[in-house]
Amino acid sequence: MAGAHATQSPSWRDARAGLRDIAPAAIAAIPIGLLFGAVAVSKGMSALEVGLMSVLVFAGGAQFAAIESWIQPAPILTLAFATFLINARHILMGASLSSKMTLSRPQKLAAMFFMTDETWALSERRARERPVTGAYWLAMGVVLFANWVLMTTLGAVLGSFLGDPARLGADFAFTALFIGLVAGFGRSRVTLVTVAISAIVAALVHVTVGAPWHVASGALAGIAAAYWAAGWKTRE
Amino acid sequence: MNVDPTTLLAIFAMAVVTYGTRIAGLFVADRLVLSDRAKAAFDAIPPAVLVAVVAPTALTTGWAEAMATAITAFAALRLPLLGTVVVGVVSVVLLRAVL
Repeated sequence: MAGAHATQSPSWRDARAGLRDIAPAAIAAIPIGLLFGAVAVSKGMSALEVGLMSVLVFAGGAQFAAIESWIQPAPILTLAFATFLINARHILMGASLSSKMTLSRPQKLAAMFFMTDETWALSERRARERPVTGAYWLAMGVVLFANWVLMTTLGAVLGSFLGDPARLGADFAFTALFIGLVAGFGRSRVTLVTVAISAIVAALVHVTVGAPWHVASGALAGIAAAYWAAGWKTRE
Repeated sequence: MNVDPTTLLAIFAMAVVTYGTRIAGLFVADRLVLSDRAKAAFDAIPPAVLVAVVAPTALTTGWAEAMATAITAFAALRLPLLGTVVVGVVSVVLLRAVL
């Protein structure tokens, strides 16, 4: 008995826990990755560009937002700003997780490349009982990363054979996906006010000024509305 | 199979910004104190951005898309993510055929 367990190092045990915890998220990401690749190709990206974006950016929300309003040539500053807005939550996530990881500063700098909503949330949950080790973190991060890169690239390759995605309603898939994601942020009054203001301002700006200004103006109006609504709530 | 230089620059810009947000938390971990209202504004960023991105498609494209958006939002309160996407795609295809 003792011999059998001695062959299983703590790192291996943590890595296996990471694989077990991340499995549902990785499976759920398969069709979403395929969809991303297929729609990206329909917007004029090559499969190689899709793969490169997934390898280097590795952030589903930012990639979806970029491709939804993708035009040629790519508006670099607009994309960078939208990416910052969407990923700004990483700053708070990293700040919260930092002290719970048993890693040196240089190791953390490398490990943080793999931070996603899923790996962060699972690590915060695990940190309530034990520290988050490099083996646990990397097992989750590498699986999600490889899964995302493979599936988005495969979707891009398959998508070029499918033709016009509007024919199958696939152009609406992102809209539906985003609505589903927004619902995941809850139904508090602050969230509802944020969603309503952001939608109205973005739609108005898109009609009057045009793309891509609706993203930043709608988002900033929604964020301001949340700040306003949060104060309004505490006064009651 | 080609890589457009402007697209490549855009991807690099997105990558640098994303990695920046991922490591920034390590440097502010000890100093970051937000008021409740600032915290609420920060938490509102992801839904605000997601909604702003899809609002034109969802609301101002046409009746089929606007009605499919309402159906999808209703489904999103009850179904997991993939189920929501299926409901949205099926309803937009049907509504476009009818309207």
